[in-house]
Amino acid sequence: MSALTVDSLELSVAGIPLVTGVSFTVGAGERVGLIGESGSGKSLTATAVMGLLPDEVDAAGSVRLSDVDHDLVGATEKQLARVRGRRMAMVFQEPMSALNPSMRVGDQVAEIMLIHGTRPDKATARAAAVELLGQVRLPEPAETARAYPHQLSGGQRQRVMLAIALANDPAVLICDEPTTALDVTVQARMLELIRTATEERGTALLFITHDLAVVAQTCERVLVMYGGRLVETGSVKEVFTAPKHPYTRGLLDASDLEAVDEHGRLRTIPGAVPGAGEFPGGCVFRNRCTDATGDCAEAPVLSEVDDRGFACWNPVGGPA
Amino acid sequence: MTVQILRRALIFVVSALVASVAVFGLLAVLPGDPAQVALGVSATPELLAKTRQEFGIDRPLATQYFEWIGGVFSGDFGNSYVTREPIGPQLVDRLGVTMWLVGAGMLVALLIALPAGVFAAVRHRRASGSVISGLSQLGVAVPGFVAAIILVQVFAVQLRWLPAGGWTPPIVDPLDFLSGLLLPALSLGLVQGAVLTRYVRSSVIDVLREDYLRTARAKGLTPYRALLRHGLRNASVPVVTVLGLQLATLLIGAVVIERVFVIPGLGSMLLDAVSNRDLLTVQGIVLVLVLAVLLVNFVVDVLYTVLNPRLRQAS
Repeated sequence: MSALTVDSLELSVAGIPLVTGVSFTVGAGERVGLIGESGSGKSLTATAVMGLLPDEVDAAGSVRLSDVDHDLVGATEKQLARVRGRRMAMVFQEPMSALNPSMRVGDQVAEIMLIHGTRPDKATARAAAVELLGQVRLPEPAETARAYPHQLSGGQRQRVMLAIALANDPAVLICDEPTTALDVTVQARMLELIRTATEERGTALLFITHDLAVVAQTCERVLVMYGGRLVETGSVKEVFTAPKHPYTRGLLDASDLEAVDEHGRLRTIPGAVPGAGEFPGGCVFRNRCTDATGDCAEAPVLSEVDDRGFACWNPVGGPA
Repeated sequence: MTVQILRRALIFVVSALVASVAVFGLLAVLPGDPAQVALGVSATPELLAKTRQEFGIDRPLATQYFEWIGGVFSGDFGNSYVTREPIGPQLVDRLGVTMWLVGAGMLVALLIALPAGVFAAVRHRRASGSVISGLSQLGVAVPGFVAAIILVQVFAVQLRWLPAGGWTPPIVDPLDFLSGLLLPALSLGLVQGAVLTRYVRSSVIDVLREDYLRTARAKGLTPYRALLRHGLRNASVPVVTVLGLQLATLLIGAVVIERVFVIPGLGSMLLDAVSNRDLLTVQGIVLVLVLAVLLVNFVVDVLYTVLNPRLRQAS
């Protein structure tokens, strides 16, 4: 039984498609990474799953959670408000601005429990908040609960965000680049914390990042996104050791600091991610792909066998 | 926090003293002899000298200042050059009236600006939000006395619902008091309300874009409740600043509005004193007005530290 099922998700602004035909599932307690460059549509996909899209973005398709009897796409704000923070929760990229500056952090953690009535009263919720702050390994949780956000470091604030997200034991946790704004050393501890916290609670994790190393460290399965489409899926091990899509291979090459091209320079993917609505027809990657052929004018379909799939006419290493 | 409030209080006291010197100095350098004004051009030199002595204006300026400011501390603003009556008690009476007027004007402004500003912000992409913005723009452009004249024309002259002027103290007849206060308060408050609407709108729009409001929604609050619980307090910081400035503007606006509605407040007292060349009375009124503005600024500063925890630490 999957915790989160996204089916044929289509997102567009004023008729310009931003995300096209994205389908995936996240099993209960499974940790899945969603990777891609900036502009690939990964954050937008996560925002759509949370139902937090800006007014101007149109959504179609389906997003379903286990234990929620309605589709989240097209749900009313009221319906979504009951689900958010209770069945699914999200940790955002920017810890410095994600907390209310004029509210003590303990109260901000307690609030999410009071909104959904998972604790009977303020005192109990506050005590639970202190306990949660301890669980995300903030030093002296009782004292931290009384602090205002500006008195905490970025890493500490992100721990508070994680405490808020986990407070009601949601079935699904979405993390949108939660460590991108943090120091490398802080980053490693934060990742470890996200891993163990979701493992202990059996929370499914959808982890969005552009950093392949972070995915390798945190996730079991990975979805590679480009141009608003999923281009490759599979276990972290398979995708990272035997990539099928030239884009995935490009990403891997680009993050390998030992591999160099014939000029002795670090490898990159040629060109840049086109702007929204400027992707080529057919395969969205073909204008940057070194292996593109005439076939690529027609869009390849992502076909999955046992959670392993890719959308490419000329896969790396030949057809599987 | 206490340290900051004490520091603000100290700044308030120092500025008040500087202001008193400035007010005294400005009126002292004005040409014209109060004794001459009081007695007329045909007064004999002996009488003039005697009157000068009586007014105390024959002494050095520094002595005059310290005598005056010393009296002010005990509520004695001296005696009017024209009526020879003590200024203090009259000042207190008039200040009471003006405070009712300014308070009611501020209330009108807030009652307009808070709902209209929040509504215009939440709907700023839609037509209804733009209509509010447009109306507030129009309101900003109308001077208070024009609003007053229109209001009197419609509600007092044509409809005869409210009196065109006059003042009934609240103890004498609360209903008459309120009906007399309504038009002046509207004249003062409409314009300030329009100005304030624009500030409320823009600071709420800023807050709506904040990440923490998205966090609030991700926690399970509807957009409306997220704004109410997490947005308004943060949006109120810039609004409080403007509110402080507006209170000063309202005090000045009250001078004109009191004239239009024949209200015996500080404003009409000031205008009378100016036209009678009653310099000591002018001096007292201006000092009280300046002190009121300084006091408002002090309260705004204190409110800042209460509203914004980031300001509490820096000492």
